[in-house]
Amino acid sequence: MKDISVSIPKVDNLEKTSGSALYVNDYDMEGMLYAKTLRSTISKGKIKEIEIPYLPFGYEIVDYKDVPGQNIVKVIFDDMPVFAKNEVTYKGEPILLIVGEDKVVIDEILKQIKVIYIEETPTYEWKNSCCHYHFTKGNPISVFNMASRVITYDYETGYQEQAYIEPQGFLGYPEGKKITLIGSIQCPYYVKNAVIMALGVPFDEVRIIQASVGGAFGGKEEFPSLIGCQLAVAVAKIQKPIKLIYEREEDMISSTKRHPSKITMSAAINDKKELIGIKAKVGIDAGATIGLSGVVLSRALIASTGAYTIPNLEVNGDVYLTNTVPNGAFRGFGAPQMLFAIEMFMEHIAKDLSEDPFLYRLKYLAKQGDPTSTNGLFRDPIIMKQMIEKAMVVSDYSKKIKEFSTDNSFRGIGMSWFLHGCGFTGSGESTHIHAKVKLRKDKQNKVHILIAAVDMGQGVKTTMRKVVSDILNLPIDQVIYNNPDTDFVPDSGPTVASRTMMIVGGLVARCALQLKEKWIDLEEIICEENYSQPDYIKWDESTFTGDAYPAYSWGVNVVEVKVNKATYMTDIAGVWSVYDLGKAIDERIVLGQADGGIAQGIAYGYLEVMEVKNGKIMQKNFTDYMIPTASDVGQMETYIMDNPYPLGPYGAKGVGELTLVGGAPAVAKAIENAINRKVLKIPATPELIMELIENGKH
Amino acid sequence: MANINFKLNGEFVSIEANPGQRLLDVLRNEFKLTGVKEGCGEGECGACAVLINNEIVNSCSIPLANIDGSEIITIEGFSKTKQFEVLQHSFEEEGAVQCGFCTPGMIIASESLLHKNPHPTTEEIKIGLSGNLCRCTGYNMIIKAVQKASKDGDGLW
Repeated sequence: MKDISVSIPKVDNLEKTSGSALYVNDYDMEGMLYAKTLRSTISKGKIKEIEIPYLPFGYEIVDYKDVPGQNIVKVIFDDMPVFAKNEVTYKGEPILLIVGEDKVVIDEILKQIKVIYIEETPTYEWKNSCCHYHFTKGNPISVFNMASRVITYDYETGYQEQAYIEPQGFLGYPEGKKITLIGSIQCPYYVKNAVIMALGVPFDEVRIIQASVGGAFGGKEEFPSLIGCQLAVAVAKIQKPIKLIYEREEDMISSTKRHPSKITMSAAINDKKELIGIKAKVGIDAGATIGLSGVVLSRALIASTGAYTIPNLEVNGDVYLTNTVPNGAFRGFGAPQMLFAIEMFMEHIAKDLSEDPFLYRLKYLAKQGDPTSTNGLFRDPIIMKQMIEKAMVVSDYSKKIKEFSTDNSFRGIGMSWFLHGCGFTGSGESTHIHAKVKLRKDKQNKVHILIAAVDMGQGVKTTMRKVVSDILNLPIDQVIYNNPDTDFVPDSGPTVASRTMMIVGGLVARCALQLKEKWIDLEEIICEENYSQPDYIKWDESTFTGDAYPAYSWGVNVVEVKVNKATYMTDIAGVWSVYDLGKAIDERIVLGQADGGIAQGIAYGYLEVMEVKNGKIMQKNFTDYMIPTASDVGQMETYIMDNPYPLGPYGAKGVGELTLVGGAPAVAKAIENAINRKVLKIPATPELIMELIENGKH
Repeated sequence: MANINFKLNGEFVSIEANPGQRLLDVLRNEFKLTGVKEGCGEGECGACAVLINNEIVNSCSIPLANIDGSEIITIEGFSKTKQFEVLQHSFEEEGAVQCGFCTPGMIIASESLLHKNPHPTTEEIKIGLSGNLCRCTGYNMIIKAVQKASKDGDGLW
C-alpha cells in the first residue's frame, strides 16, 4: 500500500488556475440588487436621529427595526448587534444597509444620509475588563517567596489583519419560505445558527452554501455571521436576491483582527539559577464587543509556558473592552501572542543569568509524561529533541549564532520552539460542537462525503477524498466532496482550530471503515459517525485544570535575518522549520501550509503594522498595510517528522495554525541577535529597531 | 456613453458604455469573465491582472476608454493556450495553488514574465511576481512553479 503522505494533485487545481472556480462575487442572479453598509463615524455615542433622503423607487433602507428575531449576532458571547440600535460603540459599526439595483445610486444615497449623534467619551485604554481568568499550577506563591531572584519583562504585540485576498461577501435570495445565503465563509453552521436567531425562524428555513473561499485565516470564522444576518434580514424584507460584497477598505476598517496584547512575565529563580516558577499576566484588547475574545484569551493563557515544563505557575488574564473595531479569530487564536512572550522571556531569563540561552531553554523542554500548564498530561511521545537537532543541522545554527553574536555584521539567527493544542480548547468538542459526519454511497458506487468543513485553500477537499478513497480502495474521482450546503450536510463543526483533519477527518475515516463493512454493490448506503471525547480526557473549565487539548502538534522554526545598518530594514535570509504534526495526509499540501503559515508568522513579527488612532484604523488597503510580497520571503525549508497520534486518521494531528505560531518569536530573536538588543515588542519595525539601538537593553 | 472597440481573447468586440468605467467591471459584468478577480481595487494586489497588448495591467486601475483599439487577454482566453497548459501543470506539481483567488493573476504575471524573459533567475521571478499578492502560499511554491514552467516549456516562450 502507498504511504498516505505521498502527494496527489489537488482536486481543485484546474478550476482555480483557469479562473473558472466560482467565488461569491462571481455568482449573479436575475433581478439581483446590491447592498452597502452605512457605518458609524464616531467611537461612542447615542444615535439621536438618522435623516434619510428621498429614496428613488426600488431603493430601501434596512436597519434594526427590520430584524424579525433578535438583534444580536450569535457568536460565543452574544453581544454584537446585527444593526446598531440607539447607540454605537466603535468607528465603522454597521448601522443600516441601503439596498437597490445600481451601486452608483446606492453610493449617492449613502453620502446623503445624515446621522446625528450625541457623542460620549470613548475608552481606548485597557481598563474595562469584561472577562478575567486565573489559574495556578504547583505552588507559585511559595516559590516566588523563596526565590533568590525574580526577573520580570513586559511584552507587547500589535494587531494583525488576516488580509485574505478575497474580501468578505454574501449573496442572499429567497427560496419559497427559505432564506438562502451563498458566502465566503469558514463555518456554514455558525452562519446558519446566527441567521436563525436573527430571523427568528425554524431550523429548516435558513440555508447556507459555501462558495469557493479566497482565503480566510480565521477572518471568515465568526465575522461573516454579522454580514450574513444583515443580508438575511434584507432578503427577508425585500424578497429579492441581494449581493453584499465588501470593498477592501471597508473590509479592513470594519472586520475583526488579531487581538493586540500586553503580557507581563515574571520568573522565580533559585540560588542555583534554576527557573522554579513563572507568573504570566496577560491582557488582550477585544475592541467594542466580547464575541469570542474569552476563548482567544484562554488559548493564550494555556500556552503560557509554551514548549516548556514549569512546575509552578500563576496565570492571570483579562479581556479589555475598548471603543475600537472588535477583534476575533485569526490563525493561532491567542497562541501567537503568548508564544512570542514566553519564547522571548526564556531567552531573556538566560541572558540575565549569564547562561547560554540554548542550553538553559533545553533544560526545561517538555517531555512525554510531563504535566501540562494546566496539570493535564503530555501522553504522547514528544520528539522535540530530534526536531531541534535537525533544525540546527540544516540551518547551521550553532556556527551562525556564534559568528553573528560577535561579528557586528547585523546578521542574526533565532530559533523558536513551540506547541499547538489541536482542536477546540477544553471541552469545546464534546460540550459545544457535537460533530457529526456522514458518508453516502449512491447506486453508482460513488461515495459522497457529507461534512460542513470548508476548503479555503488548505486542501481539505483533496485530503478528505484521499482518506476515503484510500480506506475504500476507490479511485479518487469516485469520491465526491462538494462545497458544504447546510441543506445536505450535517454539522461537523466549524473549519477552525486545526481540528478539521484530526477531528472531522478522524470521524470521516471511521465512517469509511463502517461503510466498508456494510458495502453492497449498487445499493444506496448511508453511514454516520458522531464525535465522542476519549474518556481519559478530563477538563475543568472553571479552574483551568486537566487536559486542555486531546493532542499537541510541535514545531521548531529557525529564521536568519540581515538588518540594514543604515535603514534598519530587515531582510529574511533563510527559514528552516521542523514539524511534528503526527502524520501528513498529503505531504505537498502540508508543505504549502508550512510556507504560508510561517510567512504570516514572520511578517507578524517584523513587517505588518496596523495602528488605531482615536478609534480609527489607520491602514486601509494593501498600499499601507504591508503583507509580504514575493520579494520579501526568504528561502524556506520544511521537514516533517512522523509521530503518529493514535486517535488521528493515519496518525494526523493539527497543521494549519502550528505553522504560524512560531514565526514571530523566531524572527524577533534573529533581530535581537543581529542588533544585540532585547526585543520586547512586535512588530519589530525599522523604527523600533532604531529605538532599541539607541535605548534598548543588551 | 461611448463606443469602444477592442480585441478580447482573440475576438473583436464592440461595446457601448460609460468610458470612465473600470475595465475590471466591464470584463466581469458585461463579458462575464469572472476569472478576473477584485482583491483591493487599488492596483496593489494583482488579482485583476490581464494582458493588454502583451503587457500585464491591473484591470481595476484602467478606465474602459483607454483600451479602445487594444488587444486584451484574460485568464479565460489565456487558459486555451499551450503556455497555460505548461503553467497549469507546473503550478499543480509544485503546489502553487491554495485558495486560488490570486491564482489567475499569478498565472497572467507568470506568462508576462516568461514572455519577456523565458529563463528568469529566482530574483527575476520574485521581481516579476512582486505585483501580485498571495496570502496563502508564502510564494516559494509559486516561484518554483515558474522555474519549472520555464524549463518544461523551453522553446514555447
